[in-house]
Amino acid sequence: MEKPLTEHIRPEGPPLGLDEYRKNGGYEALRTALADSAPREVTEIVEKSKLRGRGGAGFSTGMKWSFVPMGDNAPGRKYFVCNADEMEPGTFKDRYLMEGNPHLLLEGMILGAYAIQAPVGYIFLRAEYRASEKALATALREARENGLLGENILGSGFDHDIHLHTSAGRYICGEETALLNALEGRRAVPRAKPPFPPVVGLWGKPTIVNNVETLCNIPPIVRRGAEWFRGLGRGDEAGTKLYGVSGRVRRPGLWELPLGATLREIIEEHAGGMAEGYQFRGVIPGGASTDFLVEEHLDLPMDFGSVQKAGSRLGTGTMIVLDDRTCPVGMVLNLERFFARESCGWCTPCRDGLPWIEKILEAIETGEGREDDLDVLRQHAGFLGPGRTFCAFAPGAVEPLQSALKYFEDDFRRHVNGHGCPYQAQPATA
Amino acid sequence: MLTDTERREIEAELPHYPRRQALCIEALKVVQRHRGWVNDEALRDVGDYLGMSEHEVDSVATFYNLIYRREVGRNVIHLCDSVSCWVMGCDRVREHLEQKLGIRTGETTPDGRFTLLPIPCLGDCDRAPSFMIGRDLHGNLNLENIDTILERYE
Repeated sequence: MEKPLTEHIRPEGPPLGLDEYRKNGGYEALRTALADSAPREVTEIVEKSKLRGRGGAGFSTGMKWSFVPMGDNAPGRKYFVCNADEMEPGTFKDRYLMEGNPHLLLEGMILGAYAIQAPVGYIFLRAEYRASEKALATALREARENGLLGENILGSGFDHDIHLHTSAGRYICGEETALLNALEGRRAVPRAKPPFPPVVGLWGKPTIVNNVETLCNIPPIVRRGAEWFRGLGRGDEAGTKLYGVSGRVRRPGLWELPLGATLREIIEEHAGGMAEGYQFRGVIPGGASTDFLVEEHLDLPMDFGSVQKAGSRLGTGTMIVLDDRTCPVGMVLNLERFFARESCGWCTPCRDGLPWIEKILEAIETGEGREDDLDVLRQHAGFLGPGRTFCAFAPGAVEPLQSALKYFEDDFRRHVNGHGCPYQAQPATA
Repeated sequence: MLTDTERREIEAELPHYPRRQALCIEALKVVQRHRGWVNDEALRDVGDYLGMSEHEVDSVATFYNLIYRREVGRNVIHLCDSVSCWVMGCDRVREHLEQKLGIRTGETTPDGRFTLLPIPCLGDCDRAPSFMIGRDLHGNLNLENIDTILERYE
């Protein structure tokens, strides 16, 4: 099984340095592309590879790049930004890539910047990722000292430099237009779309924002070709995916598998099944803002299309397991409290709706719930749904809520009718 | 007024951005690193330097989780309370910390040693529950190992 993202990473070991990265074919894709390919051709190969964004939304990476104005009349100033603000609850995959093989990310960024002809790049990193910051700072220095960044990269005439920006923390910074405001030193509220960032982005200039895992796929695609990449997926979709599992399973962790590996395979085989004394009840498949899946979905291939057909989203591909001894109402309360706290407050449904949802869930969990609360929660799921808010934050926030009301309705009713939570608090266990 | 060191550290970032106001977050972080937190005077200092009003700077400062607008202790414990840590029992960790330190979340111990704050997902979900003290990440927490970890912070 091929693992282009993680094959050279030493788990728990130090990050790969420049020499080691080069020994394994690192920066060959960049050298070849700069020497033999026009920028447009790099975008074309990425389009043909059918790579879809790994940050959560799953948009075609090549298509995104193709929206950037090119040619003599295009703005000279353009930006290439890596979204390394991994704050989606339950998600810990980009950190692994940055800490393990930072040059893979840098090479992906430089290739992307060449494709859109951007002279300046930024890595927008969450401040809590101290180890990633160190690994990236070292890799950036090595790249600059060896002519891989700066002026006239590898004698090609292409200039590009990357600046590492560490954030000051806020979940909404991961939304790409909010991220641009944060980079400009402002409050990170999302911007109105259209115009989209590839046309009007950072300081009003064409800007590409791509996730870390997405960009780490670029060097292998350019080096080994679009057809090879498409063949890596198990079904119709292309490439591998870093899948993660957390919760009360035997071996929480992260694995690079063909896109389309089944939920059962990931949880039972790789995560070792449920921990002693716990049974599987459900899973949030791709970070906090995705709908629950349950036992009937265990044989579902975890690719974008299949998960969407089942009523959820692949999201970040890092799943959080709900076990039979953990209260589903409590879990949803935890999620909605997070979203209420992290809402940027810009639009009313999100700013006022989420605390309202949190309040109702808290009442239900503590035995103060009423029969009609369930209907009010369902109404909110609609009021905060797609098309009713300024950005995707609130629609994402109500995904676990609406699916919990569907799959765990009995639990909600038991709380209301029994005036309290029937579950016992579970211990902190390492 | 900004000290010379603060000014130098902020200026080092200037070449990376086409506009001066882009340094606002960086400047707040620099000032906080030296002064422990961002008080009203610090807002004015940053504002004067960047050509922004005190209130503009405050609107940025209050938006970000890691800019402290109130005084904090020497060591800030950021306890992750997002979903993976919650499933793995972070409420028990919080109860233990609150009892041991004699404070509630959001407060500082009377000796100024610890402040306890919540934080969104630290990306350490496979080692949940986790917290961060200062800038050090600690995972696989349980009621036995927490006290030993705390002892390392004066």
